[in-house]
Amino acid sequence: MPKRTDIKKILVIGSGPIVIGQACEFDYSGAQACKVLRDDGYEVVLINSNPATIMTDPELAERTYIEPITPEFVEKIIIRENIDAMLPTLGGQTGLNCAMECAKAGILDRHGVELLGAQTEVIERGEDRKLFAMAMENIGLEVPRSGYVYSMDDARRLIEDLGYPVVLRPSFTMGGAGGGIAYNADELRDIVSNGLDLSPINEVLMEESVIGWKEFEMEVMRDCKDNAVIVCSIENLDPMGVHTGDSITVAPIQTLSDVEYQRMRDASIAILREVGVETGGSNVQFAVNPADGRMVVIEMNPRVSRSSALASKATGFPIAKIAAKLAVGYTLDEISNDITRETPACFEPSIDYVVVKAPRFAFEKFEGTDETLTTRMKSVGEAMAIGRTFNEALGKALRSLEDGRAGLGSDGKDRFDEDHFDARITTPTAQRIYYVAEALRRGRSVAELSELSGIDPWFIGRIKAQTDLEADIKGRALSDLTADELRAAKRMGLSDVQIAYLTGTDEGAVRMLRHAWDVLPVFKAVDTCAAEFEAYTNYFYKCYDDEDEVPATDRPRAMILGAGPNRIGQGIEFDYCCVHAAYALHDEGFETVMVNCNPETVSTDYDTSDRLYFEPLTYEDVADVIERETPAGVVVTFGGQTPLKLAEQLLRDKTPIMGTQPDAIDLAEDRKRFSAVLDELGIAYPAAGTATTLDEAHEVADRIGYPLLVRPSYVLGGRGMSISYDRERLDRYMTRAARLSGEHPVLLDRFLEGAVEVDVDAVCDGCDVLIGGIMEHIEEAGIHSGDSACCIPSFTLGEATLDTIRTHTRNLALKLQVRGLMNIQYAVKDGVVYVLEVNPRASRTVPFVSKATGTPLAKVAARVMAGRTLVQQGLVDASGAGDVESSDQPDESAAAKVGEYVPTRYCVKEAVMPFGRFPGADTLLGPEMKSTGEVMGSAADFPTAYAKTQIAIDYPFPTSGCAFISVCDRDKRSIVAIARSLYKQGFSLMSTAGTARVLEAAGLPVRRVMKRSEGRPSVIDHVTNGEVQLIINTPFGQEARSDGYRLRSAAVRFRIPNLTNLNAASAFVSAVDAVIDGRLDISALQDYA
Amino acid sequence: MTSTAHITTQPAAVCWLATEDGLVLQGTACGAAGTATGELCFNTSMTGYQEILTDPSYAGQIITMTAPQIGNYGYTRSDDQREVCHARAMVVREMCSEPSNWRATESLPDYLRQNDIVAIAGVDTRRIVRHLRRQGAVRAVVTTDAQLGASPDALVAAAAADPGLVGRDLVAEVAVTEPRVFDNAGSLHVAAIDTGIKQGIIDRLLAVGCNVTLLPPTTTVDEIMHSGSGGARPDGVFLANGPGDPSAVPYVYQTVSELLGRIPIFGICLGHQMLALAAGARTYKMKFGHRGGNHPVKNLATGRVEITAQNHGFAVDADSLQGLPVAVTHVNLNDDTIEGIRMTDAPAFSVQYHPEASPGPHDSHYLFYDFVQLMEGRL
Repeated sequence: MPKRTDIKKILVIGSGPIVIGQACEFDYSGAQACKVLRDDGYEVVLINSNPATIMTDPELAERTYIEPITPEFVEKIIIRENIDAMLPTLGGQTGLNCAMECAKAGILDRHGVELLGAQTEVIERGEDRKLFAMAMENIGLEVPRSGYVYSMDDARRLIEDLGYPVVLRPSFTMGGAGGGIAYNADELRDIVSNGLDLSPINEVLMEESVIGWKEFEMEVMRDCKDNAVIVCSIENLDPMGVHTGDSITVAPIQTLSDVEYQRMRDASIAILREVGVETGGSNVQFAVNPADGRMVVIEMNPRVSRSSALASKATGFPIAKIAAKLAVGYTLDEISNDITRETPACFEPSIDYVVVKAPRFAFEKFEGTDETLTTRMKSVGEAMAIGRTFNEALGKALRSLEDGRAGLGSDGKDRFDEDHFDARITTPTAQRIYYVAEALRRGRSVAELSELSGIDPWFIGRIKAQTDLEADIKGRALSDLTADELRAAKRMGLSDVQIAYLTGTDEGAVRMLRHAWDVLPVFKAVDTCAAEFEAYTNYFYKCYDDEDEVPATDRPRAMILGAGPNRIGQGIEFDYCCVHAAYALHDEGFETVMVNCNPETVSTDYDTSDRLYFEPLTYEDVADVIERETPAGVVVTFGGQTPLKLAEQLLRDKTPIMGTQPDAIDLAEDRKRFSAVLDELGIAYPAAGTATTLDEAHEVADRIGYPLLVRPSYVLGGRGMSISYDRERLDRYMTRAARLSGEHPVLLDRFLEGAVEVDVDAVCDGCDVLIGGIMEHIEEAGIHSGDSACCIPSFTLGEATLDTIRTHTRNLALKLQVRGLMNIQYAVKDGVVYVLEVNPRASRTVPFVSKATGTPLAKVAARVMAGRTLVQQGLVDASGAGDVESSDQPDESAAAKVGEYVPTRYCVKEAVMPFGRFPGADTLLGPEMKSTGEVMGSAADFPTAYAKTQIAIDYPFPTSGCAFISVCDRDKRSIVAIARSLYKQGFSLMSTAGTARVLEAAGLPVRRVMKRSEGRPSVIDHVTNGEVQLIINTPFGQEARSDGYRLRSAAVRFRIPNLTNLNAASAFVSAVDAVIDGRLDISALQDYA
Repeated sequence: MTSTAHITTQPAAVCWLATEDGLVLQGTACGAAGTATGELCFNTSMTGYQEILTDPSYAGQIITMTAPQIGNYGYTRSDDQREVCHARAMVVREMCSEPSNWRATESLPDYLRQNDIVAIAGVDTRRIVRHLRRQGAVRAVVTTDAQLGASPDALVAAAAADPGLVGRDLVAEVAVTEPRVFDNAGSLHVAAIDTGIKQGIIDRLLAVGCNVTLLPPTTTVDEIMHSGSGGARPDGVFLANGPGDPSAVPYVYQTVSELLGRIPIFGICLGHQMLALAAGARTYKMKFGHRGGNHPVKNLATGRVEITAQNHGFAVDADSLQGLPVAVTHVNLNDDTIEGIRMTDAPAFSVQYHPEASPGPHDSHYLFYDFVQLMEGRL
């Protein structure tokens, strides 16, 4: 069936900010969908609140709305754009939920909008437990046996049938509160009675436990003619009980025979039919009892998911692209396979390699939270690796994680908790796989470890093959190995670092020997068909087989090193920059070569660059690709810290680095050298010093005074950063920091309390400078820039201050010889502009600035790297000098011109926090970054723009109700105005004694409540009872774990906006006004940027 | 060939693979010791190595599995497609000798050793596939013989010495020599001419309510027409899959041509080619064949696409159907080759692919019901 002609304008819903469980995979799928639909002649209108996405680039849709993904905003867009149909299945759970809300609110019916891809009943059948179980019964498939209990007697009767252990879930409790697993009668009694109390309808679901069973996933596509294909099968290494997002997963399925696999395939397709997914992709999860093969259906997602992004990268079959085509009426046999060209998309990819995905965690950022992996996802990112064998892929996946490991142990980084060694094998954590490998090294058997961990013996057997090989070479001299042994080690997936560790030498020596002995890798293509047909896309992975498949090319190669797995501090923003670099350099005539290992991203779409290498971003793996491609230049400054770390080594190999040279980066990082530069340029900076010992730290503190900002050198995302207000805290930090950074010194800066922080992104071509944007932070200095909201243009700074910032920016860019992007952080205090930090590389704010100003900064910078000047790009005025005062600039830049585009609208970026996933961790913001994503709001005024960001974050935005206010002494004067505004807006006020006294003195009526430490009912009880809609609570100095902490935790649990500093509180209050006044209008990017 | 059924703890023995056109690879032995020659082919199925290995259609062939990890779920006797393995040798990237699956009865290497199948692991199987894709099917040798392995020339010569498949009757090697009855108390009786039938086909026929009598390929028309219980006329004739060159078994398709119009007929794979030849069409040897579990086949009557299991190196020549009472019912969407035909003047149809799967997707099971309807006169 050809495409539909009865619809013209399609609204695509994005997935909003990056949060745990919903990351850039939906940018990848959404961007593909937008492209496909436009190519087919549809007008695409897009809504997504996340500016750091490729899909929100203005050229991907006719109309791009960076607005909150809520039914209210969607309806406004539907009306203004006269939308015919809506595609909700590519925007994750956010997109699907929003579509469902729109449908339920009658918005779709009211405006005659059709849902493409999935009807509301289908979505409900897929998502509602009871409906889903009924559907499965209809087609004779099993789900875990379960029943609802309403009393202890019910529970005792049902347990006879189900047997221990059972999973208990009280119905309708917030965030699954009160649930648990009962292994015995005592636990059953406790959990059920508690659960019955907690459940508002006194109902507890009791379910047969399938913990420890094998877990599988199938990625299925179906078209409107009922053609169905399995794109990819996935097996989880971690058995049931660990969320698939937190599991190490393997594609294709390894341990099922054809009989079992086909049964699962039949079931998957039957499920799509029964649930009624008419077109598009779905993910179906199964559990299989390893003892008897009994198969139960766990769940299905009637939409494109994280697993489908993984499946697309794992097979080369672009699920989202095809799903979009199916949604507008095409059938699978009408769509051709991009890779083979001649064959249709109606087939099942056959893969002749093994794919392993490993999750990336960030527990170190959330002290106090439980690191045990459960059915609730906790990982912040993932890396995928392709190898010819499981071992090769597993080793690559683990060394891709950017956590300092060089593979599955034996890398000199193995540390084991000997007191709880076996517990670390039985309890799933991020470290378990390393314990399993170590246990094998210590002679424990595969059978025993499988028994303890529930991990299938096949996987453990494979790991044993690695540890056996290690044992053969461990302790021998490298020169003692034979070439065959070295090759065998490489084929087992061991990295050069691991081989070096085992043979007591260094990575360079192993590499040299490999060259001498010709133990060198080859690159093979990912082609969807196991080489049965010729492949036309250049998508490669490395292995140690015989034949290399990389075709020759005459064009010069430009290589872009990606950012690796998402983690806090390094996420989609850097991938966005890498993608733009690929586009721009391709247009400049280069054959672009992307190296990255993050399956969620647009950069690892084979469409993005001319050649894609799915490889870890370690020195060894990158250097291997460089040797194969001999690039004319390598871009290391767009992928965040990951490629930057490699710059020095690559330079030593005489690899040409594009743009800013590594020495400039070193100059900016090196305190001494950089202070000299600032002194020379006459730029102010906070007094600072470095210390390697406690005594040195005291010395520095005495000299420059408290408060101090302390941190280890060379960090990203403020890792290990802290503010010390006194000696006691400094001492505590120094003892902890020594462990953090080894031999690296600790940096101590005078902390500019109360300063306004400013971020600047700029591009320099060596002669001229383009100021991308001057962003004023809402929160004062001291909160990591990644966690703080900011606004373009500045909403409080004077023109003189801004000019100083422009001049400093230009002078620094020229002085550091930047050829490309740079980011500078300033602090403005008492009229003085201080430089806090300069990073001559792409920053997290580049996409936001690009969206706000309409200037694609990353592309501009990439073109600069390719030799095209800013004047040639028409971005600075060729005729005269820039508009910057030229009084105190250094001589060499006298002729330098400065360009800048200042938007007329206010664009605000706000950070999105993952605290809901980490119960127990403190939510207080500080110099260490904790956010996972960002949203953008834009409007004619700052308060409205800020309001949009707060609405875009998935928390209820209160415009009435009760505001609880409790602030520290420092903030007591300033709180009055904020409280008065809230009162006028109609909020009732609630406070604890200290703040209440201040508010009462100002004539405001306040309900006094007790702190948790004063007795009950306390403020926590009131929050729990739903009496509080807004919290303003600034921290009281030292009491990190007491009242404030409890309140913040309660706010997270009950999803109440909690403002922990007054600047954010004022902005919030002004935002409430904007909402009450009805100023929330919509505007498309194409109109204002 | 000598059997090495005992398990050795010594380092894996060296094994060689060579093709007649000069590709020589060294790997490790993961099956029986010895030397085997045959036509080298590849199969892209990601599961089902055991069903593939025991499919008699692979007689005379050396099977390269493109899936790199083979043997993971071991060997399960009840999944055998035939008691005897007729494939000459097996080529894998990595072999697993400690399988994990609750149904497994032994490891794949143990099975290979016990059944004297030479197998090689550790070679670049993707390179072999690309070689075959470019060069077409070639003859090859797999050997653990160190003397042979020491000389690339000798290896290539050994490969070239294989008789190949063209014009060679391999059916006789794999078929039953005496009739065998599978009685499932079915309501219909099918006479299946055994040219190397897979257990999966028998199972499907039994599942749709047929009793099956397996007949040697040389059975005469008269004998076939009286092969029902008590010498009765069967309800239908099934033409089985089987190995090698269809034109090399004229005695089968001549029998079929005599049966045409007298009794409902359903053919699969070689059986499909038998029907086509019987109708007067021609077959040809494909460059490297279709072997895998992911080929899309379009049913021209319904427009639906089936994902199919395939295993054939010969195909029906579309041009040769001109003017014959034959309608094409199914085509392969990858290369437009003929995947199914129906006689327009007789109750007979056939498919080139494997609706019984085993291994492979079950999308085409409906064809067995179609056969039942044909026999019951309802189609």
